[in-house]
Amino acid sequence: MSVNALKLRGSNVGGKISSYVRGALSVKTLEGIVSLVAFVALWQAAVSLRIPYISNLPFPGQVWNSLGEAAGTSGYWLSWVASLKRILISFIIAQVVGVPLGLFMGMSKPFRQLIFPVFEIVRPIPPIAWIPLAILFWPTEELSIYALTFIGPFFVIVLNVMQGVASIDQSFKRAALSLGAKPSDIFWKIMLPGALPSILTGMTVGIGVAWNVLIAAEMIAGRNGLGRMTWEAYTNGNIPLIIVGMISIGVAGYLCSSLVRLIGENCMPWQRRF
Amino acid sequence: MAHKPANVTGEANLGRGNISIERVSKIYEPFGARVSAVDNCSLSIDAGQFVAIVGPSGCGKTTLLNAIAGFDTITSGAILLDGEVISAQRKQIRPGPDRVVVFQNGALFPWKTMMANIVYGPIKQKKMARREAEKIAIALLKKVGLEGIQDKYPGEVSSGMQRRVEILRALINQPTVMLLDEPFRALDAVAKSVMHRFLLDLFDDSPRTTIFITHDLEEAIFLADKVIVMTTRPARVKVVHEIELPRPRTRAIIGSEHFMRTKRSLLDVVHEEALKAFQSGEREMA
Repeated sequence: MSVNALKLRGSNVGGKISSYVRGALSVKTLEGIVSLVAFVALWQAAVSLRIPYISNLPFPGQVWNSLGEAAGTSGYWLSWVASLKRILISFIIAQVVGVPLGLFMGMSKPFRQLIFPVFEIVRPIPPIAWIPLAILFWPTEELSIYALTFIGPFFVIVLNVMQGVASIDQSFKRAALSLGAKPSDIFWKIMLPGALPSILTGMTVGIGVAWNVLIAAEMIAGRNGLGRMTWEAYTNGNIPLIIVGMISIGVAGYLCSSLVRLIGENCMPWQRRF
Repeated sequence: MAHKPANVTGEANLGRGNISIERVSKIYEPFGARVSAVDNCSLSIDAGQFVAIVGPSGCGKTTLLNAIAGFDTITSGAILLDGEVISAQRKQIRPGPDRVVVFQNGALFPWKTMMANIVYGPIKQKKMARREAEKIAIALLKKVGLEGIQDKYPGEVSSGMQRRVEILRALINQPTVMLLDEPFRALDAVAKSVMHRFLLDLFDDSPRTTIFITHDLEEAIFLADKVIVMTTRPARVKVVHEIELPRPRTRAIIGSEHFMRTKRSLLDVVHEEALKAFQSGEREMA
C-alpha cells in the first residue's frame, strides 16, 4: 500500500498520468490476486493428492501458521532488517562505483581498452565463487557479505551503463554543441540522461543478482539474515519455516525490484513503463 | 500580434551568412586505408540563399556539412563564413549556435519536453532568461500551429511534429546559417509535403542562409534557390543550377513548365552519378 501511495505521489507530473498508473495498478492487482490464489490452490491440491515428492511439502496452511509464529518473534524481523541493510548498502556502493566507471568506459575508448580486458576475465566468475576468498580476505564475516553482495550487481551495472553510453546517438552530442552547449556540459547533460535507461536496466538486473549472492553468502558465512534463517530452519528440520524463509526472500526481492522500478519511472518521466 | 516571432527568428542576420567553400578536400584514413570523401570542392553561397545539395547516398555531402558545422575537420582548402575562416587544414571553429544543424534521424533530446528542447539553446548561451525564452517558444509553436504540445516528450508525438519542433529549436537561436542534413528522409510523402510548406513559410518569413542536403531532386528544386548536384564519392561539384521559380512557392509550381524542365535536365545528371555510385557498389539513391 505504501508503495502504491509513493507511486502516485511521485507521478504528479500530470493528473492524466497518475490516473493511468492507478488504472494499470488495479488491473495488475486483480491479476496478481488471481495468480496468487491459483498458485496456493495448486499447491494445496498437489499435497492433498499425494503427488510423489511434492507430497513431502507441508500444506499452505501449515506454512501460514509457521509464518504467523515467526512474525510474532523479533528474530524474524531482525532477519529482514539484517538482509535489507546489507542489500541496501552494498547495492548503493555498487551503483556509486559502477555507474561512473561504466560512463567513463563508454565515453573514452582508451580508458575502455585499458580496463575492459581485466574486466572481461573477472566478470564471468560467478559471485558465489568469490565466497572463499571473501571470507579469508575480509576481517569480519559481515564485511565479506557486503563485499560479495557488492560484486554481484557491480559487473552487471558497469556493463549496462557502458553499453548504454556507447549506444547514445552521436547526434545528441552534436546537437547540444551546435546549440551552444560547452564540451563540459556533454557528460552531465547529455551522456548521463542518455544513459539513464541503461542505468535503470542495470539496476533492475543488478538488484536481482544482489539478492542471489546475498542469500548464498548468508547461508555460508552469515550469523543472521533471511538466508541464515532459512538455512537454520533446514538444519533444524523445520520444513514450514524453510518455506517461510523462501517466501520472505521472494517478497523482499520483489519489494526491492519495485523500489528500483519506482525510482526509474520517477527519474525518467519520458519513458514510463508499466 | 503582441509578440511577433518573425522578429525573433530573423532580420538581425540580414546580409550575413555568405559562405565560401574553397577547394575543400577531405581524406579519411580509417585503419590506414585512404578514403577520399570530398575532393577539391568549391562553392559559394550568398547570404539568405536556400541551397540544396543533391547527390548519391554516402557521397560526402554530410562530410561537407559537418565541416561547416564544426563537427569534422577538412584535409585541405578552406571554408569561410562572412569572410572569416571557420574551417581549414589547421583550423576548426567549434560548433556553435550561428550554424545550427538539424539531423537526419532527429536529435530532439528525448529526456526533455518540447518546451525544454526549444529553449535549450538560448538558455545555454545565456542569451535569454527562461521566462523570456519560453514566451518566444510558445509564440513560435503557435505560429506554426503546434500550440499545446510544449509539455509533451518527443516520444509522445509523431515524427513529423518532432521534426518541426527540432527546426524551431534551431531557429530560436537566430542562426546565421541553417544546416539541414536530409531532415525529412524518414517521413512519408504526405508528411514531407507538410514539412515543405512549414519550412518554406519559415524561410519566406525570415530568409537566412540555408543548406539543405537531400537525395530527392524534386524536393531540392521545390525548396531551393540553387541546386548543387554532387558527384559520387569523392564528392565534387558536378552542376550548379539556379532555380528561377518565384517565392512564395506553392505546390502548384511543381506542375509548371519551368519546374518540369529543370527537373528533366537535372534528372539526367543525378541519374548518371547514381549509376556510377551503384556500379561502384555504393548504396543506390532514390
